[in-house]
Amino acid sequence: MAQFSRRKFLQYSGVGMAGILAAHRAPVFAQANSVHILRWNDFVPAADKVLREVFAPEVMKALGLKLNVETVNANDIPARATASIQSGNGPDIFMLLNNYPHLYASAAVDVGAIADEVGKAQGGIYAASAQLNRVGGKWVSMPWSVVPAMIAYRKSWFDEVGARTFPKTWQEYHAVGKKLKANKHPIGQTLGNTFGDAPTFTYPLLWSYGGQEVDAKGKVVLDSKETVDSVRFMAQFWKDAHDEGGLAWDDSNNNRAFLSGDISASLNGASIYVAALNGAEKFKTEKGAPLHTDILHAPLPAGPKGAHAYHTAFNHMVMKYSKNAKGAIEFLRWAHRKENYEKWFLVQKGFAVAPTREWEKHAMWKNDPVMLPFRNGAAAQKRLMGYASQPDKRAAEAWNKFLVTVMYAQACSGKMKPEEAVKWAAGELRKIYT
Amino acid sequence: MGGGRAAQDLHLSTERARVSRLTRALESEKLLATALLAPATAILLLFIAYPFVMALWFSLTSIRVGDAGEFVGLANFSKAIHDTIFRMAFENTVFYTFWATIFKLVLGMWLALLLNRHFRFKRIIRASMLLPFIIPTVLSAFAWRWMFDPTFSVMNWMLYHAGLITDRMPFLSSGDWAMWCAVAVNTWRGMPFFAITLLAGLQTISPDLHEAAALDGAGAWHRFWHVTWPLLLPVTLVVVVFSVIQTFSDFQLIYVLTGGGPANSTHLIATYAYQIGVGSGLLGEGAALSLFMFPVLFAVVWVQLRFLKRMDNA
Repeated sequence: MAQFSRRKFLQYSGVGMAGILAAHRAPVFAQANSVHILRWNDFVPAADKVLREVFAPEVMKALGLKLNVETVNANDIPARATASIQSGNGPDIFMLLNNYPHLYASAAVDVGAIADEVGKAQGGIYAASAQLNRVGGKWVSMPWSVVPAMIAYRKSWFDEVGARTFPKTWQEYHAVGKKLKANKHPIGQTLGNTFGDAPTFTYPLLWSYGGQEVDAKGKVVLDSKETVDSVRFMAQFWKDAHDEGGLAWDDSNNNRAFLSGDISASLNGASIYVAALNGAEKFKTEKGAPLHTDILHAPLPAGPKGAHAYHTAFNHMVMKYSKNAKGAIEFLRWAHRKENYEKWFLVQKGFAVAPTREWEKHAMWKNDPVMLPFRNGAAAQKRLMGYASQPDKRAAEAWNKFLVTVMYAQACSGKMKPEEAVKWAAGELRKIYT
Repeated sequence: MGGGRAAQDLHLSTERARVSRLTRALESEKLLATALLAPATAILLLFIAYPFVMALWFSLTSIRVGDAGEFVGLANFSKAIHDTIFRMAFENTVFYTFWATIFKLVLGMWLALLLNRHFRFKRIIRASMLLPFIIPTVLSAFAWRWMFDPTFSVMNWMLYHAGLITDRMPFLSSGDWAMWCAVAVNTWRGMPFFAITLLAGLQTISPDLHEAAALDGAGAWHRFWHVTWPLLLPVTLVVVVFSVIQTFSDFQLIYVLTGGGPANSTHLIATYAYQIGVGSGLLGEGAALSLFMFPVLFAVVWVQLRFLKRMDNA
C-alpha cells in the first residue's frame, strides 16, 4: 500500500482548502453528465420507483445522463432549497410546492422554452399552474403535477347515519359529522403545522364563507365578519364532529387513521384510496371486505359564498448554480414527453394529475369511477393562496408560517375566541404585506 | 569523493544552523505560545467567530434567499419584538429550559446518589443509563413521537386497557400537554448527563467525611445537605450551565416531536428562527431571531461563572 505522509496530507488538504476558499463554494462531486433531482417522498411510493427504476435507465439511454433521484419529507424541501441556493451547491433540480417558485425566483433558470413546448403539445397549461410558475413574465419553474384534494369517506358509515350522498354544504356536513362522531367514527382533519392537507382545507373553508387574506391590491382584509363566521363555524364543527387529535397531525396521520378504521372522512389526495387499492389484502372493512370498496371521494362542501378548493401544485425548478443546467433542462424536456410522462402518470392512478388539459382525456380515467372526481381537479382551481392578490412570495411566507391554518387551530383548541384568532392572524398578515 | 564529502558537510552545517535558529525561536515563550495557540485560534475564528459575525451582519440586513438585501439597521430586531409568535417562542424557551433543567438536576442527582452505592450489575446499569444520551436525538424523538401519537399512542393504549382512562390523553394535540411532553423527553434525554457527571463528582468526595458526620450523629439528609451538596456544588453549577445552554438552544427535539405545533404553542426560539430563516428564506429575520438567545445565554454563563469564581476565592 502506498505511504501517505503527514506532510503530503497537509499539502493536499491545504491546496484543497485554498481552492474551496478561492471558489467561494463547496466542492462538487457529481459528474458533469449527471442530473441530481430532489423531490418529496411521494405518497404513492410506486411513483418514486418509476423515477429510479424506469426513468433513470431510460434517461441514460436517451440522453446519456445519469439521473440521481433524492427524496425527502416535503416539509424539509424549503430548508434544503435555502441551504443550496445560499451555498451555491446542491441538486440541479428542486421540486417545489405551490407558490415556492416565487420565493426562489432569483435562483432559477428560465424554463419558458419547455413550458411553451409542453403547453402547445398537451392542450395548454392550466392558468393556476402558470400563475404559480411565472414570475415577472419568466417561467422560473416548470409545473409537473397537481395533487387534487378531495374528501375520502367511508360510504357505509355515512349510510349508517342516513347520508346517502355526501353533504353539499358545511352545515349539512356538520350535522352528519356529529352523528358520525357519536358512532365513534369521527371526521379526521389535520390543523397542524404541515404543508398539504391543512392549508388545502383551511383556505377553501375561508373562501367559502367569503373571507380572504388580502384584496386585489394586497391590502389585508382578513379581519372580516365572514372570516369570523368561518372560524366560529369550524370551532364548533371541530368539537362536534372531529377527532381532536388532528391538531397535532401532519400530512400522513390522516392516511394511517383512515386506513386503520379510526376516522370516517378526511380531506386528502387520493393516497388513502390508492394505498387501500394496492393493499386490498391488508386493509379491510369491519365486515372483511377490501377497504377500497367502501371509499368514495367528494369535493369540499359549499359555504355561504360557494364551494372552493385548493389543490397542491408540484413544480420543478432548474437551479442557476447548477453545473449542468443544460442537462437538467434536457431531462425535464424528456420527462414531459407524453410517452415518458405517461409511465409516471399511470402509477399515480389519479393521485397526481398533469398540469395540462390533454391528460384529462387519458384512457386511465375510464378504469376506476372512484377516481373520476380527481380528473378535473387541477382544471377547477380558481383561487390560490394570497387571493385576491398574487400568489407571490408574501403569500408563500404566510403559507410557510401556517397563518390561516393556525388561525383556525387557535379557535379549535379553545386557546382563543374566534374574533381573537382572526384579529391575531390579520395582524401577523399585515406584518408580511407591509 | 572529497568534493562530495565537502558538499555533505556544508549541507549538514546549513541544516544545523537552520535547526538551531528554529530551536532559538522556539525557546522564546512568546513565539512558542503563539505557534501552539495558532491552530486553535484559527479553528475558533473559522468555525465560531466567522459564523457569529456573519449572523450578526445578516441580522442587520434584509437578506433573503437568493437576494443579498441591504442594511436595515435594527429593523429585524424590532419586527421580532412585535412578532407575537416569537414572543410566545421566547416564553416557551424559558419555560422549557427552566423546567427541564430542574427535572434533570433533581432526577440526575437522585440517580447519581443511587448509582454511587454498591450493588450487583453496577457497571452494566451505569453503562445502560447512558443510552438516552447516546441515541441520536432525532431517532429518540421519533420514537417518543410514536409513543405520543394522537391516534396510535402506545401510552393511551396501555392506560385505556388498564382501565385508567376512557378517552385518549391529548399528548401532542393540546398545546400545554405538548409542551410538558417536550419537557419530559428532554429530561429523559439529558438526565444521564447530569447523573454521570454528578456521579463522578460524588466519587471524589472522601468517605471519611461522611463517616465523621455519621459519628457526629448526622442522618442521611443532613449528610447530604451539609457534606455532599457543598462539595458537589461546583460540579453541579458547571453541569447546569452546560445544560441551560443546550436546552435553551434546543432544536432537534421540538422539530421532530411537535414541529412547533399545535398552533405554534411549542415553538422555541431555535425552531421559529429556523422556520423563518431557512424555511421561509428570510435569512436576515431568522438571524435576528436566533441572536435573541445570545444575551440570555451570555448572562446565564456570566452569573454562574462569577458564582464559581467567588466560591473558589472563598
